This record gives sequence, C-alpha cells and structure tokens, in this order.
Amino acid sequence: MYEGVVQDLIDELGLLPGIGPKSAQRIAFHILAADPADVRRLAHVLIEVKDKVRFCRICFNVAQEETCRVCADPRRDQALICVVEEPKDVVAIERTREFRGRYHVLGGAINPIGGVGPDNLRIRELVARLADGTVTELILATDPNTEGEVTASYLARQIGPMGLRITRLASGLPMGGDLEWADEVTLGRAFSGRRVVEA
Amino acid sequence: MHVTHLSLTDFRSYPALELVLEPGVTTFTGANGQGKTNLVEAVGYVSTLASHRVASDAPLVRAGAARAVVRSRIVRDDRAALIELEIVPGKANRARLNRSAVGRPRDILGILATVLFAPEDLALVKGDPGERRRFLDDLLVARAPRFAAVRADYERVLKQRSMLLKTAGAARRGGGAGDLRTLDVWDGHLVQHGVELLAARLDLVEALRPRVTAAYAAVAAEPGTPVAGTAVAGAADSGAGGPDSETADSAVPAPVAGAPSDPGRVAAAASPPGSAANGSANGSANGSTDGRPPGVGPSVAGMTYRCSFPLPVPPRPAGEAGGPVPDAVRPSAEALAEAMFAELARVRKQEIDRGVTLVGPHRDDLELRIGELPARGYASHGESWSYALALRLASFGLLTDDGREPVLLLDDVFAELDGSRRDRLAELVAPAEQVLVTAAVEADVPAALAGAHYRVAGGTVTRAG
Repeated sequence: MYEGVVQDLIDELGLLPGIGPKSAQRIAFHILAADPADVRRLAHVLIEVKDKVRFCRICFNVAQEETCRVCADPRRDQALICVVEEPKDVVAIERTREFRGRYHVLGGAINPIGGVGPDNLRIRELVARLADGTVTELILATDPNTEGEVTASYLARQIGPMGLRITRLASGLPMGGDLEWADEVTLGRAFSGRRVVEA
Repeated sequence: MHVTHLSLTDFRSYPALELVLEPGVTTFTGANGQGKTNLVEAVGYVSTLASHRVASDAPLVRAGAARAVVRSRIVRDDRAALIELEIVPGKANRARLNRSAVGRPRDILGILATVLFAPEDLALVKGDPGERRRFLDDLLVARAPRFAAVRADYERVLKQRSMLLKTAGAARRGGGAGDLRTLDVWDGHLVQHGVELLAARLDLVEALRPRVTAAYAAVAAEPGTPVAGTAVAGAADSGAGGPDSETADSAVPAPVAGAPSDPGRVAAAASPPGSAANGSANGSANGSTDGRPPGVGPSVAGMTYRCSFPLPVPPRPAGEAGGPVPDAVRPSAEALAEAMFAELARVRKQEIDRGVTLVGPHRDDLELRIGELPARGYASHGESWSYALALRLASFGLLTDDGREPVLLLDDVFAELDGSRRDRLAELVAPAEQVLVTAAVEADVPAALAGAHYRVAGGTVTRAG
C-alpha cells in the first residue's frame, strides 16, 4: 500500500478495463514522473469528454448535441432501424454509405460471463422507439459471434410480436477472397444464405 | 499421405533439426529424455494444433526461446504441401501454407491427417467420459475440420448458459428472483450447436463400431490364430451375406487389417461407409443405441453412445432378430432437437438449483464393452490395451476410407504391450503408407516393422539403418 493519494490513483486506474493492479501501479508512477503540463492536458481531456460528449437521446450513439448527426438528419429513412452493439459499429456501417436508415446502439451484447443481461442493454428504449409504428423494418447487426447471435435471437423474440419485419445481416464470403481459403463456418453460412442470381 | 520433411526450430529440446522422411516405417530409438517423443509430437501438432502430452503451448518452446517453429512438408496424392507453424506461448500461433499466410491457424486443420498411438491411450478405456468425448470430437475434426468450429461454438454457449444458471441460482438462494429471461434463447443456441455435434457423433459411432469390433478381434486374437475364423468375421459374413458384402470385400483396399492373406479380416475391418448396412450388421447387433447386446461372444468388442437425454427411437426398417439387422437409422436432427428441448424443460429446476447445464453432448459418454461387460472397470489391463489400440486402428481405417490415409504415429507404445499384442499391432500397421515409431529399446519394435532407423541422443538424430 502506498500513502494517500498515490494509492487512490492506483485504485482508480485499476477500475479501468484491461488494467490490473500491476499495470495500474506502473501507470500511476508514470504519471508521477511525467511533465505537469502533460498530466494537466490528460486531466482536462478526461473532464471535457464527460462534459461535452453525450449519448444521443434517440439512438444512444455518441453525440455532441442532444441527438447524433444521423438522428438529426431529416433525409434519413425513418422506417428503418439498424441495431448494433457499440458506437464503433455505427461508424463501420456509415463507411459503407449503404444504409440510409437510423441506428440503435444497445451498448453491448447479452453476456452472462461478463454480467450483461437485457436490463444492461438499451432494449426497453428500442421497444419504445418502435411503439408508434413508424418503423417497419428492424435490421439486427449485432456481432456474428455467440453473444451477438444470442442477442439477435432475444430481440427477435421480444419484438417479433410487434409485427414489423426483422432481418439479420447476411454473413458470407469476403469480397476479393478465394473460395478455397474461406473457413468452413463462413462458407457454410454463405451456403445456407445463398440467393438467386438475377439474370 | 506422408511427411517428407520435418524441420524444427526451438521446439522442445531441439534448437534446430532437419529431418528427411520416407514413406514406410521409420523408427526412432534412444534412451528416455533424449527427444524421441518430441519428433512425433511435432508431426501431431502440425496435424491437430495440439500436443498429446500437454494442454498448453508453453512447454513446446525450448527453454529460453521466444517462439518455436515447426515446418513440415507433406505429400498427398502426389502433391506436396508445406505447412509452417509458429508457436508463441500466450499469443496466437501463426500458420503458413505453401509460403502464404492463412487467416487462422485453424485453417490448416485437415491438411495432414495423423493417428497417434501413445501410452496415454489407455485412458480412452479406463479414464473419464471426457477422454472418450475428446476422442470422438478429435476424430470428427480430423474427418471434417468444420467441426472444430462447431465444437468451439458449443463450448462457448455452454459456458455462457452455465454462468447464467449459476448467477440466477445464487440470486434465488439469496431471496431474489434471478434473471432468467434470456434462458430460452440460450437453450435454443445450446440445442442448435449441441444437436449438430451429437448427430455427428452418433454417425461417427455407427461408422466406427464394426471397425472397432474387427480391430479388437484382430489385436486380441492369439498369435497364429487365423482371424477369419473368429466370431467377428463370422458374424459379419453371415450378417452381411449376399453380393453386397462381396463387392465391399473386393472393392476396398484393406486399411486396417491389411494382411492380404486374410480376406475375412479385411471384410470385417474395411467395410466402406456406403455399405454400412452390411458392415455394421455385427456392430448393430451388439451395440445398437438401445444398448442391448443380444447374442455376442464373450470377447467381442462393442460400444454404445450414452446420451444425456433419451434418444428418440429412430425409424427402423423391418428386420427380425437372427436375420440381418438393418442399420439403425439415426434420429433426425429435428427429432434430436425436440428430445433435447424436452429434457431441458424437464430438468430446468434442477439446473437452476445446481447452476450447471445438465443436458447436452458435454454430459455424454461412449460406453465401451467387451462381451456383455463394460470395459471400464471390468477389462483386464491387456484387454484395455487391446481396446485402446482397436479405437486407434478403427480411426485409421475410417480416415483411410475417407480417402485421406493418415500418417501413423506410434509413440513408445510397444513397451506397454505384451509380445502377442505387439506382433498383432505391428502386422496391422505395417501396410500403412507411413509409420513413425519411437521406442526406448530397439528390441521392443517387432521385426514386422523393419524400415529406416534413427538413433536419438542428446537432441541429435542420426541415421542408423
């Protein structure tokens, strides 16, 4: 145990994800030895990020205003909602310029080992957004892993009775890839999700 | 297929080793601790991405080195492939195939097929059910590498679901309600992956059974006994009957019981999957999924898959006792899923109370029998060894009939066997395309396995004959 504030700093750092006690101690002593101006800048950014950045009150994407840029954009299709796990997934889908609807950021996926259940995700808020019937299609774009698939199944069960169209992103072969090098899971999924070629 | 070149860098005791291998038998002898097993372990690792000796990768890297590299050149159907693996403990391994990187090391599974015989194999018969589940699943992956993903998916869902049960159970004991709203969804995914694994295992057991019975008879027979005259071959002949079995005899090369002078054994051991209805007649008779072995001899090896829930009765074509028993058709995936869901519903309260998943392929066992008695707990040491060898020989036969004759790795196994089993095993594996044998004492290796001979001492491997 270190004295007073040094131990406080180590304890605080130790709460960050991926930082164990040893790392927390190393970072704490790095900060102690660092130039005061650098430390001030870090402290300032930490406070600023909490003050300025907030979550869109509609979709829970990160935003500078009340609502994020996507939700504020009137040209966006109000009938489509794409459900993703994290804000970074919004960025990834936006880069495609393929999707013209709006998003809903769950804030994770169902993960009992990680202590994440339905109440830790923004599912109630999603259901509320669907209540007025404007949205006609929900696209489930959670990660194609165990937790993402289970989350998609859970959402489909919860929202299915509301009568809108629920779709899941296709998983298949990467473009520019070689069929022969595709792994069996990807290839198998691509097979079961095959589609008719339009002539 | 066979390995033509093995190159090791900082793998186990070898700082650097280059070894040229030929088809046929190669024997490595040397005192204990000199590095014989490391050689077959390296070949096995290229095949399965796992060691038969340790669960973690750290011991595979030579003390003081940061990484180990295993390179292996393989010839398969007259085509060469170069597999390179970099083993870095604590990090993801990297793999290259023919000098280009593959996305994940898992992608090289299935290129080199091996069947390894090792002293640890005794645990297949005497050990916990987990040993036998691993045997089945490893063989599934060797036959179709996509099962590596099925297995991983199942294990992930199982872990998550069990954690959910555990947390909810603890909450309930604390007086709360416990959040089980997602349990139905986890059930769905558990059943989806579980049934895929289970169905594949059931099919595998059907394919293995006649081969195991035949291989056991071949290994356990008294020296000099014509194996064609045993109950196994006899049952197979009378059970199969008709022109079909004769077609099978002549059309299929003899992978396991390969002695050309012994057609009866060939018939019993080498029925191709297509003729399962004939080939497994004897097997189904003594080990169908209902688990009743009617009318088997006292030392006939049988096996039954023990599922954690009652298997639905499969549609069974007409067939009377005494006549050829038709191959039991496995319950459909839909029927299996329905049965698994039903059992999950039945034990749900118990699962919540105990915080564990009680239904699924992770709770199953493959019961091995000799005659009417379970091998585990009843078989003698020698019988247990015969059964362990039979499981490996049957794997060899199955992979060979799949068109992927595996490289056989016999790690220190002869020292464990008595003289007659030693000779039988040698006879059965000698016809394989490539056999790599390790032994501490040269005299332990039967004469039938004459071939290239290397001496291993202090991390050097020198040709001795």
